[in-house]
Amino acid sequence: MPLVNGGKIVDDSFVKLAVDTPLPERGDILVPAERFLGEAEGLLQRAGRVGVIWPNNRDIAELVPYLGRIAAVALVFPTFRDGRAYSQARLLRERYNYRGELRATGQVLRDQFVFMLRAGFDAFEVKKQADAEAFMQTARRYSVFYQPTGDGRITALHRRMQLRHSEGVGT
Amino acid sequence: MYAYDEIDRTLVNERVSEFRDQVKRRLSGELTEDEFKILRLQNGVYLQLHAYMFRVAIPYGTLATNQLRALAHVARKYDRGYGHFTTRQNIQFNWIKLAELPDALEDLAKVGIHAMQTSGNNMRNVTSDQWAGVAPGEIEDPRIWSELIRQHTTLHPEFSFLPRKFKIAITASDHDRAAIKIHDIGLRLIKNEKGETGFEVLVGGGLGRTPFIAKTIKHFVHGRDILSYIEAILRVYNQYGRRDNIYKARIKILVHELGIEKFSREVEDEWRQIRNSSLEIDDEVIEDIRSRFTYPSYEKLPHMPDELRQAAADPDFEAWRKNSVAPHKVQGYSIVTISLKPTGGPPGDATAEQMDALADLADKYSFGEIRVGHEQNLALPHVAKRDLPALWKALDKLGLATPNVNLITDIIACPGLDYCSLANARSIPIAQELTRRFANHELANLIGRLHINISGCINACGHHHVGHIGILGVEKNGEEVYQITIGGRADENAALGTLIGPGVKFDEVADVVEDIVEAYLALRERPEELFMDTVKRLGVEPFKERVYATR
Repeated sequence: MPLVNGGKIVDDSFVKLAVDTPLPERGDILVPAERFLGEAEGLLQRAGRVGVIWPNNRDIAELVPYLGRIAAVALVFPTFRDGRAYSQARLLRERYNYRGELRATGQVLRDQFVFMLRAGFDAFEVKKQADAEAFMQTARRYSVFYQPTGDGRITALHRRMQLRHSEGVGT
Repeated sequence: MYAYDEIDRTLVNERVSEFRDQVKRRLSGELTEDEFKILRLQNGVYLQLHAYMFRVAIPYGTLATNQLRALAHVARKYDRGYGHFTTRQNIQFNWIKLAELPDALEDLAKVGIHAMQTSGNNMRNVTSDQWAGVAPGEIEDPRIWSELIRQHTTLHPEFSFLPRKFKIAITASDHDRAAIKIHDIGLRLIKNEKGETGFEVLVGGGLGRTPFIAKTIKHFVHGRDILSYIEAILRVYNQYGRRDNIYKARIKILVHELGIEKFSREVEDEWRQIRNSSLEIDDEVIEDIRSRFTYPSYEKLPHMPDELRQAAADPDFEAWRKNSVAPHKVQGYSIVTISLKPTGGPPGDATAEQMDALADLADKYSFGEIRVGHEQNLALPHVAKRDLPALWKALDKLGLATPNVNLITDIIACPGLDYCSLANARSIPIAQELTRRFANHELANLIGRLHINISGCINACGHHHVGHIGILGVEKNGEEVYQITIGGRADENAALGTLIGPGVKFDEVADVVEDIVEAYLALRERPEELFMDTVKRLGVEPFKERVYATR
């Protein structure tokens, strides 16, 4: 499954661990939430970056004490119809100021990219190769956004206010 | 009228090109039907019994004449020459081809209309009072706020994959014509003691399998906070709404399971953290939206022009005027409701020719504006009283002057088994038969205000729970069976109807309704006592006796 990060298809440096996979000596690891919470200190002290796979039905606030020390959070879309992780993503970015990698996993398809980018995701485990290759093109589909989110894109309301004020200067 | 600016138009166009790409990928097999389904639904495209159905949004029920002509054009070019107005200020086309949909959307985009928010588990078309801006006594035009919320809920990055669909309705009059109490969020525009605009917020209303009347979650939310408050409700719902069972996924179930107190505490906690954010609306933003609604320059006209006085001698005109013409906030003007319920016709249908002709009449008599109401009728919101006789004649020629607004034949009905893949039973033929039974205007007039609502399945698109007489079609042992309720209503005193007894067969429905009406006529204390009031006074029992005594 191709990983898109920074708009490009990249190699995934993280290895996903299951609940019972032995811990590799080195390298970056993505750990399920339960395992992470159970052995956080040990995991964080080993060499290599640590990311957490967080299920979409668990309160993201539980992760807050660790946000400064983890390198990635992977949120889950069990199907693309289940949108809980969009709320988790916005909370991580906008309420808890998480600045590390925020990865979308699960059924991640082309037509969700814009929503995901707006919610704060910056890494995508894309289900289909063709969708991953079309990432940049798809991300540019929209130039107008009605809602303010943490991604900083200017909203239609604010653009109108700017237009009004700049028109006001001329008259 | 609200005029889209370059920013709104750009978004609509970007949406069309996105959907064109999605249809292309579906037709090439790159997208599976399962993947494509949600994408087409989010563009108003359903797969029905015979063909694709295409639902187009008419936000808060306001249409310009060029928009109505564009809908007529779509009906003519891509469909079979007619459209069906729904109970949520949308129009549906029933025979559209998938490959032609992007073109239809592009044609509509040219006049600023689209199919966003008409389907899918996202926030749906924001609906409002079809008399907004012209109803006497209205606090202020609720469409300003409807438009603000429409923009905020369009392609929302967090709430486009909710547990289930989500509907918001707004009213600003004492008499609720927007049915806010049967919506996921109902907003009643009010003023606080300082004269500032805000909303009583209701939540958790809805019909379907488990009907609920909405409960008040907050008595006053200031206008500047309304987006953050809605966002807080949605965030709680997105995270905690049930996703394990489609029938338990609406917010009404979450509100019911948590209880309104606990639910409102959750919302309050969330709201506290987002209310002082970029979601706060300043007056300038509201003024900007308000400035893009244009209002007619009304003339100073007499209350009772000669034309109207003379026409009063014509009993046919008077019959129409009495139930189709309502007071306007400006002297000398009226609001005219256009009945889409002709005798023997499917409720809410209009032909392309009727739409075009009505657009011409709206240009001539209503400052180019048309409204769409949840009762599946249209309205011309600014008709000078002196023009009423001429307008009536023109409407009559088009078959649009049936004098039955708010009477027993002004029936709300879903498409039912004639079109819909979810339906268990037919709705339209029941409605058609009832319009024939009560075609005599004197009889209908004698009965007075009485709303019949018909749904062809438990999903309740025909709002049967809130019909004065509600008819629900179900399937039992391979046969269509209809359950009849009485005493429902959708207005400010919204209530769910009560079942009067065992279901009846297709052929018996009209007889049963006649029995109920006869019972009412015999039981009412005086002619002014409406059906609803008699049911309220006496309960279901006497009606039940009458209906089942001989069955």
